Amino acid sequence: MARTIVITSGKGGVGKTTTAASIAMGLAQKGHRTAVIDFDVGLRNLDLLMGCERRVVYDFVNVINGEAKINQALIRDKRSENLFILPASQTRDKDSLTQDGVGRVLEDLSKNFDYIVCDSPAGIERGATLAMYYADDAIVVTNPEISSVRDSDRMLGILASKSRRAEENDEPIREYLLLSRYSPKRVHNGDMLSVDDVQEILSTNLLGVIPESQSVLNASNAGTPIIMDQSSDAGQAYLDVVSRYLGDDLPQRFIELKKRSLFGRLFGG
Amino acid sequence: MSLLDYFRVSRRNSAAIAKERLQILVAHERAERNRPSYLPMMQKELLEVVQKYVDVDQNAITINVEKDDRHEILELNILLPEDQPQPRKVGRG
Ligand SMILES: Nc1ncnc2c1ncn2[C@@H]1O[C@H](COP(=O)(O)OP(=O)(O)OP(=O)(O)O)[C@@H](O)[C@H]1O
Ligand SMILES: [Mg+2]
Repeated sequence: MARTIVITSGKGGVGKTTTAASIAMGLAQKGHRTAVIDFDVGLRNLDLLMGCERRVVYDFVNVINGEAKINQALIRDKRSENLFILPASQTRDKDSLTQDGVGRVLEDLSKNFDYIVCDSPAGIERGATLAMYYADDAIVVTNPEISSVRDSDRMLGILASKSRRAEENDEPIREYLLLSRYSPKRVHNGDMLSVDDVQEILSTNLLGVIPESQSVLNASNAGTPIIMDQSSDAGQAYLDVVSRYLGDDLPQRFIELKKRSLFGRLFGG
Repeated sequence: MSLLDYFRVSRRNSAAIAKERLQILVAHERAERNRPSYLPMMQKELLEVVQKYVDVDQNAITINVEKDDRHEILELNILLPEDQPQPRKVGRG
C-alpha cells in the first residue's frame, strides 16, 4: 500500500510543482518507489521541471479514459530507477478528471509504489479538490505573504472536511506546512512575515523552510529537481524536508540571517 | 529621529501589520467555515417571521454561533427601526 501525499496551496505560483518534483526525487533517492502525478490538467509543467517533457506519450487523462494502460503512461526517470512520472494532459480541461477515475488510478499505483506524490493545481476547483481527496498526507506550500497564508488556511479547512478520510470518518489527513521563498533578510528588515508568525497563524506542523534562491530557477531551466543541487541552500533545505517527512528530527536551517564577513560585504560574496 | 529612521520604523511595522490583519481575518474565516449549514436558511426564515410583525430590513438581522469547550451559543441580533414599530396586519400578502 502506498502513501498518497498531496502538494497543495490554494494560491498559485508559490512553489508546489518545484516542491513536488524535489520531494518525489528525494523519496526515490532514499530508496522508496515513488510516482509523481501532475494534476494540473491543461497547464502541465511537472514534466518540464522533471526534464522529461519530450518523453510524454500518454497522460493521466488517457489512463482515466482507458485509452492507455498505466504502465504505458508512466515515464521512468533517467536519474533514479525508483521514480516515475505521470504527466497531465495538455489539451483537455479539468473536468476530464473524475473522482472515480482518479481513485482507480491511485489504487492501481498503490500496488506497486511506496509513495504517490500529487502535484495539485492552484485554486479550489476540480483538479485541486481531486488531488487532495484521496490524500493520506498533505503538504501545504505557503509563501510568507498575506494572501498565501490566508489561502493556506482555507486549504487546511478543505483538507479537514472534504477528503475521503473526512467523509469516511477515518483518521484525518496529516497536514504539514512548507514555507517557501523565505528571505531571512527581509524578515530581519520587518518586511516579511517570519516563520514563527506564519506558524502562529496556521498552527500546522512545520516540515521545513525553503529559502528564496536563484538556484531554483536555474534548476528548473535545466529540468533538474532542485534537491539534486546540493550546493544550493534550497536543495539542501529540500533534502531536510524529505528526511523530516520520513521521521528524522532535524533543526531548521536557512532561517537566520547569514552573517557576512566584511570582506564578503565589500566584494558582494 | 532622522528622516531615515522614520522610514525605517514604518517599514519595520509592515510584517507586524500583516500578521495582525491575518490573525483577525483567519479567525473570522474559520468561524464562518464552522457555521452549521442550516444557518443561512434559518436566518432567512427568522427574518420572515419578524417581518410579519415589524418592518425590519434585510440587513437588520445578524446571526452568529459561538462554540467553546462546553457550550454552543446561538446569538441572534435584530435591529429594530428607529421610530415606533407599526404593527403590520398578519395574514395578508
Ligand atoms: N525557493 C524558491 N526560490 C526562488 N524561486 C522559486 C522558489 N520556489 C519556486 N520558485 C519559482 O516560483 C515560480 C513558481 O513555482 P512553481 O511552478 O513551483 O509554483 P506552483 O505553485 O506549482 O505554481 P502553479 O500554482 O502555477 O502550479 C517558478 O518560477 C519557480 O522557479
Ligand atoms: Mg504547479
